Amino acid sequence: MRKTFIKTLVSLAAKNERVILITPDIGYSVLEEFQNAYPSRFFNVGIAEQNAISIAAGMALEGMIPYVYTINPFVCMRPFEQIRVDVAYMKTNVRIVGVGAGFSYGAAGATHHSIEDIAIMRALPGMTVICPGDPWEVEQAMNASLDYIGPIFLRLGKQGEPIINDITSSFKIGKATIIKEGKDLAIITTSNTLEICNGVMNQLQQKGISASLISMHTIKPFDAECVRQILDKGIPVITVEEHNIIGGLGSAVAEVIAESGRGIKFKRIGVEDAYSHYVGSHNYIREKFGISESNILKIVMELIN
Amino acid sequence: MVNLVATAKEIRKKILYMNHYSNASHSGSGLSTVDILTFLYFKYMNLNVENAKDETRDRFLLSKGHGSAALYATLGLRGYFPLEYLDKFYVDGGILPGHLDKEAVPGVEISAGSLGHGLGLAVGFALALKQKKNKAEVIVMISDGELNEGSIWEPLLLAPHHNLDNLTVVVDYNKIQSFGITNEVLNLEPLNQKILAFNWHLIEIDGHNFEEIEKAFTEKTNKPKLILAHTIKGKGVSFMENKLEWHYRSPNKELLEQAFIEIDAA
Repeated sequence: MRKTFIKTLVSLAAKNERVILITPDIGYSVLEEFQNAYPSRFFNVGIAEQNAISIAAGMALEGMIPYVYTINPFVCMRPFEQIRVDVAYMKTNVRIVGVGAGFSYGAAGATHHSIEDIAIMRALPGMTVICPGDPWEVEQAMNASLDYIGPIFLRLGKQGEPIINDITSSFKIGKATIIKEGKDLAIITTSNTLEICNGVMNQLQQKGISASLISMHTIKPFDAECVRQILDKGIPVITVEEHNIIGGLGSAVAEVIAESGRGIKFKRIGVEDAYSHYVGSHNYIREKFGISESNILKIVMELIN
Repeated sequence: MVNLVATAKEIRKKILYMNHYSNASHSGSGLSTVDILTFLYFKYMNLNVENAKDETRDRFLLSKGHGSAALYATLGLRGYFPLEYLDKFYVDGGILPGHLDKEAVPGVEISAGSLGHGLGLAVGFALALKQKKNKAEVIVMISDGELNEGSIWEPLLLAPHHNLDNLTVVVDYNKIQSFGITNEVLNLEPLNQKILAFNWHLIEIDGHNFEEIEKAFTEKTNKPKLILAHTIKGKGVSFMENKLEWHYRSPNKELLEQAFIEIDAA
């Protein structure tokens, strides 16, 4: 996703001279393509995330479209109050780009993990929260971000995620992409767990179970209509996210279900309100938290039986 | 030619009146900034009152958002909005919030109230103006207490790194902050040496002396400029000057009248 992000940003910068890239000193072997192509629009502001956000907001107030890129917790949590006042309150066209969804940084440890970001960002009035599930969604979201009015938070994976979407389908911020329609249950996922859920889909298919797979790439504005359509079918719903189950995708879906007045079988799969103290790779830590094909499949089977 | 002394008196009276009827705090914090604001808005800055967003305008950012009454009074007297708006400060159904909201009235460049944001924003303005090859100046006023915030020192490092000669920072060094004497709460001194060590063009002035103010702003330099303006909290009203309590109190009718008499007589 990182490579797609920078490739798309370079193409946007070619189209629009107001595109700026700001980094608080992160992006070695990723951002050079932009830096080399547009040195006067590239700012490494030093390891100073608060300043990075304030500068970006100042530039946006002058009509620029700044993208601030660093590791996810450092771009959206360290300078949270700068985001609140300078970006959300002032409605500046700042694009906050966090690399490393969930446990992406694996053995680097919990300081580099990001399991609260969606909850925090979606609580900000006017903040658009986009969590692409594959490189195609990154490219589409980036293209849509150029002329989008208002602030955007973009959550990127970093595992070299494969393209899952049908790349001929259409993309719209705030509109979920339906990857597959099924009649027995619906799996709704966001961000970097799309690949795992796609694997679960294959296993379900082998068992003769027909499932929907939905990539809820935009958490805000939330596509409540998509959830209501599932409710109309009356099938079980499972949400999967590499994020705390408090405040993220599962919560957003639960809010729609709860206010619908209807009852369906529903399960949130995600991080059960805990930090990782495990040492190991991204996939190793995912397994420990039950964010794996086998565990999701087990929960699905329990829910539909 | 606008009489700066008379204008500053008008602004002071407006601030006190606003804080009187609304029972709002920060009288002293506003009064210390008045002479600099008067010079900027009535003599120095290139402004377009009819079109507050004119690309060629000089940008003034008030980072110390609690000094809002002073900025509103200045903008109102300068003609950015009807003077009656000054009667709608900090009250139910009001127009002017206690801390700055840039959507409230024309001429307010940034929303502010949380300390330590304005300088980073100003660096963003200055970098963007360079990008646009726009010759306008960016002036940002911060408070001395605000220098406690770590987020001020990040742009203090960055602006000289980028040779932002279109940026001027004014420190309203009124020596009193929220809960005490600034250098007793957290010693900033030697502040001038710190600023020089950060590679700024430093000018120290009496922030109530129009000659010194003018000389500081017109002085040419190829570095970002920091004007360390020694000011008096509550300036212009004897019983408010250098008093911590006037960070909070608002004048009642008697004190307001007494203050007006003093200001007129000065």
